[in-house]
Amino acid sequence: MTASAAPAGAPRAGVLELRGISKRYRGAPRDAVAELSLTVPAGAVCVLIGPSGCGKTTALKMVNRLIEPSSGEILIDGVSVRDRRPADLRREIGYVIQQVGLLPHLTVFANIATVPKLLGWPKDRIRTRADELMRLIGLEPEEYAHRYPAELSGGQQQRVGLARALAADPPVMLMDEPFSAVDPITRERLQNDFLRLHRQVPKTVVFVSHDIDEAVKMADLVAVMDGGRLIQCAPPAELLSAPANSFVADFVGADRTLKGLSLVRLEDLELAPAPLVAEGTPAESVRERIAAGALRPLEDAVLVTDERGRPRYWRAMDRLGEPAGTARVEPVLDRVTTLRDALAALFEAGAAYGVVVDGDGACVGLVGVDAITGSLRGPVARSEAA
Amino acid sequence: MSPAGIWDAFNDPNLDGWHQLWIHVRLSLEALVLATVIGVTLGVVAAKTGRVTGFVVSAVANLGRTIPTFALLALAVALSTIGEGPTLVGLVALGVPPVLLNAHTGIREVDRGAVEAARGMGFTPLAVLGRVELPMALPLVFTGIRVSAIQIVATAALGASVGANGLGVLILSGLANADDEILLAGAIPTALLALAVGGMLALAERLLTPRGLRLARASRPTKTMRSTT
Repeated sequence: MTASAAPAGAPRAGVLELRGISKRYRGAPRDAVAELSLTVPAGAVCVLIGPSGCGKTTALKMVNRLIEPSSGEILIDGVSVRDRRPADLRREIGYVIQQVGLLPHLTVFANIATVPKLLGWPKDRIRTRADELMRLIGLEPEEYAHRYPAELSGGQQQRVGLARALAADPPVMLMDEPFSAVDPITRERLQNDFLRLHRQVPKTVVFVSHDIDEAVKMADLVAVMDGGRLIQCAPPAELLSAPANSFVADFVGADRTLKGLSLVRLEDLELAPAPLVAEGTPAESVRERIAAGALRPLEDAVLVTDERGRPRYWRAMDRLGEPAGTARVEPVLDRVTTLRDALAALFEAGAAYGVVVDGDGACVGLVGVDAITGSLRGPVARSEAA
Repeated sequence: MSPAGIWDAFNDPNLDGWHQLWIHVRLSLEALVLATVIGVTLGVVAAKTGRVTGFVVSAVANLGRTIPTFALLALAVALSTIGEGPTLVGLVALGVPPVLLNAHTGIREVDRGAVEAARGMGFTPLAVLGRVELPMALPLVFTGIRVSAIQIVATAALGASVGANGLGVLILSGLANADDEILLAGAIPTALLALAVGGMLALAERLLTPRGLRLARASRPTKTMRSTT
């Protein structure tokens, strides 16, 4: 993306190793987590998933010592978390929770600045970092820095929660069902934002979810748990194509082919070129370009864009040059959107084509229902080949 | 009886209303400071030490509020001597429960998500208390302090019956001499003082409540702050 969005200094990601960790709560008949061993490579997203009570959140909280394991060892870049003072350890691990937990008496800026302040960063560095993060999550610092959490929507709050967790550039991030308290549309947007962020700033992420679709979409590695035990740990494609046993197969669900659509993103498809026309282009020159074969209208319409290439509206050929209407382009899909979400959006809008945009909102092409269903012939095989 | 008569009674060098007013204010202030320190401390401890302790402490505090202050004063006199000492003890005992109960409730009702996030970001337990829980409980604690202050100022007049100075001296003297002007020269300033203190603390509460919390309260009308009056 833009150069200003790149973080200062090289982003860090650590290797996270869980070695045979168990946890039994006092008075409990069985272990909440039993002999869990798991290695998350640097920069990978590992989703812990399973039915409620399977021990996924307990496992997550043992990494930053909010819960102490009864036995076993947890290492970050080879150093046992037990050798660190809990407060120091936690300042180096990003933490995002479902309830968000922004401090309501502090501004957005102060919330994001929390950990850098605890670490004693100089003021200008905190200011620069907070501004950079706010732009990264799509909240303009000038407008939002001095707002309070109560003045933000649920989705914006969780964005700030994400920025706060990233503030001190921690090598490891823990995310406990971060997007499950928001509505489905906001959730999808947050997931896409997170994926884009993660691509720019790779972190080792442990992500707890109860939603298999979310797991397949977000994960490099899915760890399915049940009754405190790890049942299967595999990349999403492998989980879908070769579930280890009937429990995993049931958990993944019968519609595995359809779920495979979550493994492929729009940017993995060959997109159809969009008939783009910059706003204000004279009708005459549009017709000339069409005559020259440089522009092929779609269903006798062209897509009018603003000066930065962002789609504004569809315009029928016979109405070229008329003033802008209010009709919005729907759906507009970020290119990191999974085929599954894209298909849902197309059906939702009742549209045959969706406009695909990059992180800055500029149009990069079109995607049709046909192109998506065409990929159904083997999305799993395709993503394994990629 | 006339306003001028009341004013003259208040300024009578034998009664010395200004001096009594000053004693009244000083005594109330001392009691309020002590009650706040004790109430907040006990409230925090109760909120932090689990359900059972919290229940016991708030039950005792609630019970304490039902004991008539006059009985408390009598008890304090019986246990020590007459004068300012037992009056202060009685006023503190009266002032502690509202502060304690509100501090307890305030800390208990702090959003668990905020506390967990703070711990997860590396706040030490003391920092969680000082920078998350107490600021978020502040509006409720302040309401408790305001309630205490009004009760203390109004009740300090009773101290005169056990030998303490204060505006109560004028009230008692007025009663004993069947002189309404003297009685009112004590009673009116007491009432005005209570009103003024209540108003001042309400203003301070508004000014000291962080803006973010006021907004959060406004956006969640169902969870209004309770006053313990």
